[in-house]
Amino acid sequence: MFENLSEKFQGVLKGLRGHGRITEGNIEGALNEVRLALLEADVNYKVVKEFVAAVKEKALGAEVLLSLSPDQQFVKIVHAEMTRMMGAQAQELNLARRPPVPVMLVGLQGSGKTTTCGKLALHLRKGKRTPFLVPADVYRPAAVEQLKVLAGQIEVPVFDTRPGADPVAICRDAIAQADRSGYDSVLLDTAGRLHIDAQMMEELARIKAAVDPGDILLVADAMTGQDAVNVARAFHEKLGLTGVVLTKMDGDARGGAALSIRAVTGAPVMFVGVGEKLDALETFHPDRMASRILGMGDLLTFVEKAQEQVDEKQARELSRKLRRNEFTLEDFRDQLLRLRKMGSMEEILGMIPGLGGKMKELKGMAPDEAELKRVVAIIDSMTAKERRNAKLLNGSRRKRIAGGSGTTVQDVNRLMKNFQQAEEMIRRMSKGGMRGMGRNFPFPQ
Amino acid sequence: MTGPNATSRGAFFTRLKAGLAKTRELLFMNVEAIARGIGPVDEKVLTDLEEALILSDAGAELAAEYAETLRAVWRRGELPDVDALRARLRKMVAETLATRMVPLVVVPPYPFVVLVVGVNGAGKTTTIGKMAGWLRLSGHTVLLAAADTFRAAAIEQLGVWAERAGADIVKHKEGADSSAVAFDAVRAAKARGTHVVLVDTAGRLHTKSHLMEEVRKVVRVVGKEIPGAPHEVLLVLDATNGRNAIAQARTFQEFTGVTGMALTKLDGTAKGGVVLSVTREIGAPIRFVGVGEKPEDLRPFDAESFAEALF
Repeated sequence: MFENLSEKFQGVLKGLRGHGRITEGNIEGALNEVRLALLEADVNYKVVKEFVAAVKEKALGAEVLLSLSPDQQFVKIVHAEMTRMMGAQAQELNLARRPPVPVMLVGLQGSGKTTTCGKLALHLRKGKRTPFLVPADVYRPAAVEQLKVLAGQIEVPVFDTRPGADPVAICRDAIAQADRSGYDSVLLDTAGRLHIDAQMMEELARIKAAVDPGDILLVADAMTGQDAVNVARAFHEKLGLTGVVLTKMDGDARGGAALSIRAVTGAPVMFVGVGEKLDALETFHPDRMASRILGMGDLLTFVEKAQEQVDEKQARELSRKLRRNEFTLEDFRDQLLRLRKMGSMEEILGMIPGLGGKMKELKGMAPDEAELKRVVAIIDSMTAKERRNAKLLNGSRRKRIAGGSGTTVQDVNRLMKNFQQAEEMIRRMSKGGMRGMGRNFPFPQ
Repeated sequence: MTGPNATSRGAFFTRLKAGLAKTRELLFMNVEAIARGIGPVDEKVLTDLEEALILSDAGAELAAEYAETLRAVWRRGELPDVDALRARLRKMVAETLATRMVPLVVVPPYPFVVLVVGVNGAGKTTTIGKMAGWLRLSGHTVLLAAADTFRAAAIEQLGVWAERAGADIVKHKEGADSSAVAFDAVRAAKARGTHVVLVDTAGRLHTKSHLMEEVRKVVRVVGKEIPGAPHEVLLVLDATNGRNAIAQARTFQEFTGVTGMALTKLDGTAKGGVVLSVTREIGAPIRFVGVGEKPEDLRPFDAESFAEALF
């Protein structure tokens, strides 16, 4: 699923490639694909509309960088905008006040509140806190028992909730007990409820009024669809959410609900649940989430790495040389070394758009690190003159170079062939962006 | 089991309506023209309708498909006003889903074994509890198999439902092999002459292949003990889930051979439009919808009410 979307997305971006810059005309198809991808990722319709409009505005106004082709630039803008909308960086619970600090967990039935409660307790304890767990769900059969069992597993103290007790009273009593016992944080596991159940929503408001929580976290299922906005809005209006925990992120849901909830409530996603074990709770990274929703994780890493490694000036110089047919073996070596700085060959090939699914066949073709070293050794064994003018390399020179670099004449010959092909490829790449090099640069078969 | 009877359809509909009235207050989008059902049809109305479909989780592609069909009908002059448009769309949806309106019928030879599967938090245990209640009311004897041996207190939770419904329960300790629990349950039911066995399995994300293999094993083990069992593999889908339900259905189908579906949590504001895509993916009928936590809140799926509630 992930790969399909990524490829689809890139397919449309092909349309952008080759154009000097992003214009109103050539961006429409790409924007529509973003729209469809986001809807399929369960981002709310209205949020998608706003997002696409924002991206369009940014893309049209943007200055095209020389190191990036227009399609890469577009990807970058889309991603940056999504990351921005998702909130700046990871946020922690607001525990900096007089303990014990109550934290309320609220949400629909089955979103994962009780499990998340256990995970948060473990997380807090790892941060040298002393959490206290409070089962306040007296409705679902055995919900109290469930939290007590989880508490036992991680050895965190738990309030002894009596069946049938009033949830408001439970929370109040639990906090008093936490205060007496010196616990610094209290996790209130409230019952799952529908956001349109007025009576049950009122119960949450009463708990809030009774305990004055430091945080009220909405626990939301990453698989939630369009309805996420209705749910988030209702909980937010009633309670004023301070954060969100996105659960079941270990599945293949793209988690568009994260963006919807953020857009509606403004509350940051603080944690994501990534498994059934109690340590499977991670802090939230907006940029990773953006990649996931867009279904384009690796592509983006590639663009960013390329951008880091190829500075504008060098790129300009390279393109000038290419225009004048001045691409030399020295440049070839520099390109190779630059590529190597980006990561191992396998890693790089994995990042190149469109190659995701073809990694297996490519593995045999990619030069390993040893081969790369050999190539660099061969080029280093040439004289400066030879490096600048490959035509000089006759048989006796090749023999000398092979001896000097500890390789064979065949190796040198293969390199020369590769160089010529690379030259051709780079010429294409300078016209069509980096995509042109994706297939087989720098080692054609 | 013939399930809840037809006279209750009115009450079910009222319930859905009540949920929807609240939806309208909450709704983000302006789909008023469609909701009110007045005025002439124009491009704007068609776009609104496409939006409403997307907002129901039917997916952009399918929404566009429906809108396109309706646009053509409109151009032929067959849709004088919004009311007619809405009626036409409902009819299209209802007709699409009509073939999936096949109630679960419990028939001898007993025990009739129902295996309940789904992702975490979809509502498997609650659905089983409600089913047990219905089955008991219609005179069947029921045994629940607590084969969710993973989640803390899942066994206790099922135990409460068993007690409420007056059903037997077979359970092992937490962490036990779920196939072994299912096997024992089926054996016990055979020995006691129980009519129905409802097997509660642990929630599992369809992407976890080892857990999917585990549930496949439950199917196999049950089938070994009673040829033809499980007679029903019921996939529980959460109506608040979006497009991911498609992948869930596909994968559970592959591993367990789904023979029926239950769509839960339809009493909220989620419409469950994703089933329009799910039914394109797998052939199983929709047995039930869940509209609350009481036994009577498990209803037979009705394509027309469902279509009506969508818009």
